[in-house]
Amino acid sequence: MDESKIKSGTTRKFEKALKQADREKYVLKLYVTGMTPRSRIAIRNLKKVCDEYLKGNYELEVIDIYQQPTLAKGEQIIAVPTLIKKLPEPVRRLIGDMSATDRVLLGLDLKPKK
Amino acid sequence: MPRVEKKGTAAKLGKTPTGIHGLDEITGGGLPQGRPTLICGGAGSGKTMLAMTFLEYGARQYNESGVFFSFEETENELATNFASLGYDLTDLIESKKIVVDFVAIERSEIEETGEYDLEGLFIRLGTAIDEIGAKRVVLDTIEALFAGLKDTGILRAELRRLFHWLKARGVTTVITGERGDNTLTRHGLEEYVSDCVILLDHRVSNELATRRLRIIKYRGSSHGNNEYPFNVDEFGISLLPLTSMGLTHKADMERVSSGIQELDNMISGKGYFRGSSILVTGMAGTGKSSVGAHFINAGCERGERCLYFDTEESPGQIIRNMRSIGIDLEKWVKKGLLEFVAARASMRSLEEHLLVLQRKADAFKPSLIVVDAITDFSTMGTGLAVKWMTTRMVDFFKSRGITGIFNSLVTGADIEDSGIGVSSTMDVWMHLVNVTGDLERNRIMYIIKVRGMAHSNQVREFLITNDGVKLMQVYTGPSGALMGSARLAQEAAEKRSALDRKLAMATKQKELLRKRTVLEAQIAGLRAELEGQEAESQRIGEDENEREREIARDKKEMAVKRHVGRTGAAK
Repeated sequence: MDESKIKSGTTRKFEKALKQADREKYVLKLYVTGMTPRSRIAIRNLKKVCDEYLKGNYELEVIDIYQQPTLAKGEQIIAVPTLIKKLPEPVRRLIGDMSATDRVLLGLDLKPKK
Repeated sequence: MPRVEKKGTAAKLGKTPTGIHGLDEITGGGLPQGRPTLICGGAGSGKTMLAMTFLEYGARQYNESGVFFSFEETENELATNFASLGYDLTDLIESKKIVVDFVAIERSEIEETGEYDLEGLFIRLGTAIDEIGAKRVVLDTIEALFAGLKDTGILRAELRRLFHWLKARGVTTVITGERGDNTLTRHGLEEYVSDCVILLDHRVSNELATRRLRIIKYRGSSHGNNEYPFNVDEFGISLLPLTSMGLTHKADMERVSSGIQELDNMISGKGYFRGSSILVTGMAGTGKSSVGAHFINAGCERGERCLYFDTEESPGQIIRNMRSIGIDLEKWVKKGLLEFVAARASMRSLEEHLLVLQRKADAFKPSLIVVDAITDFSTMGTGLAVKWMTTRMVDFFKSRGITGIFNSLVTGADIEDSGIGVSSTMDVWMHLVNVTGDLERNRIMYIIKVRGMAHSNQVREFLITNDGVKLMQVYTGPSGALMGSARLAQEAAEKRSALDRKLAMATKQKELLRKRTVLEAQIAGLRAELEGQEAESQRIGEDENEREREIARDKKEMAVKRHVGRTGAAK
């Protein structure tokens, strides 16, 4: 995947969205199962997106549901990794290792649906 | 590839009882223990209910707690569904018998951003199982995952892993799946569940819906192959296995009176064998119901409980009608010895009728049941279905030792027709006929067969009187059989001639007596005459003697006189 192309494209196209994002703080929770390679990839991919598009205006908590299994039921976790965007509304769920950046941006409402 | 679990000795496959009446019979004990079972069927075929029952019975009857993973219904919706079957889900949850987890997947809320697995589901399942030490798991219906997640490649791999994992946990799992167009399940779950597959079907025929169940596959176990009707009501699920009952009923030697003395006389003098099935066929108005009423009356008099399964009249009507022939059924109802199950045949499907009857019988425990009339059910299904139903009834009655009377309405001339082909399953078959002749209709009855005992081959006139049913001897003579008023006339004529004979005899005897008196008088007269003669003759004898003596005396005197004169001369 040509990440630079996406980045340059999105940066230009969605400045407006970025401005909105600046206004409200993002509260993100990433549920993983232990420090598996996939967990690491997901965390790394997510941080990259956040740093680039949210510029520090976010709060990310990584939760290991092996350690807190009851949260899996409470938060309706099925697929792992799952990222839940608690704020701003609406609540959104992203599953997978966050490697498809455009989908991550879509999920985080940083890119309007076509 | 060598299989790890393969061992030298094959252990017998364990079974986990479902507790569902009938299902455990056809599976030889239940679902494969510690393995997944797939239950598939169309919408509304009863998959969820079967799954719920599996957990409820497990918890209540077998002390095995269970986990219910619902992918479609929330906990509240589930509780409502449980309640519709009479189960208290809230209580089961509070008493740690069941854990419910509602798995919500909303595709519109989910963005798939790369590789993932379903470890979250595994953790939730594992936590729930560990929480109450569950032995049973229900996944209803896991196919909802296909609607929520796009990556079917991941999903299929994870499902395969899930079923292996469940097996490794040793929990007996029920997985439900919606039926596909040409496949058992829409997403081919049957590929992953190879141990046991059960197909449910909800079919409408003759405007009545019937649920059916079939075991498609049961690895390592024999099972019933047929389609078995099943029923869902406030008592839960029950299955009606026909063949599973087998022919192993024990044969009772005890006899029960039919309630009609003359009928008992016709079958070796004591009535039916207990537990036998009696078929009473006849045209409309031949008195079939009264045969049943007599049987019930006799049963109640012995203090036995009786059940009247009725599809033609209301209980009130039956009680009234039977009162007119001198049978008071109402008092038995009041004493609690007689109960009615009255329902039009069209009210329920055949299976439901059978289940209602079975339930009632199992609760009330009657020793006699009258079914009036089995022919009503032929409006409900094909001839084959009705035959099966009757056979199941017979099997059921026999398995409970219940003596049953089955009334069957004949419409045609062919009496075999009336038995709906079930006569071969019956132990006793009697037939009632209306005979028209001499401008009147009369009822006759005869016994076609009685298994295991001698019986009369006579045709009897079947009289319904104010004092119940009477079986009269039919008069036969040079002019043929006589019935009804002809028989009455014959009886009267015989009575009259008997009276005449009696009168004639009396007159003759009187005459003889008179003659005897006359003769005796004559004898007395003669005897008197004889006596007179004898006296006369005696008197005559005596006179003669006197005369002789007088003569002798005279001679003597004369001699004396002469002697005097001769005295000198002699000197």
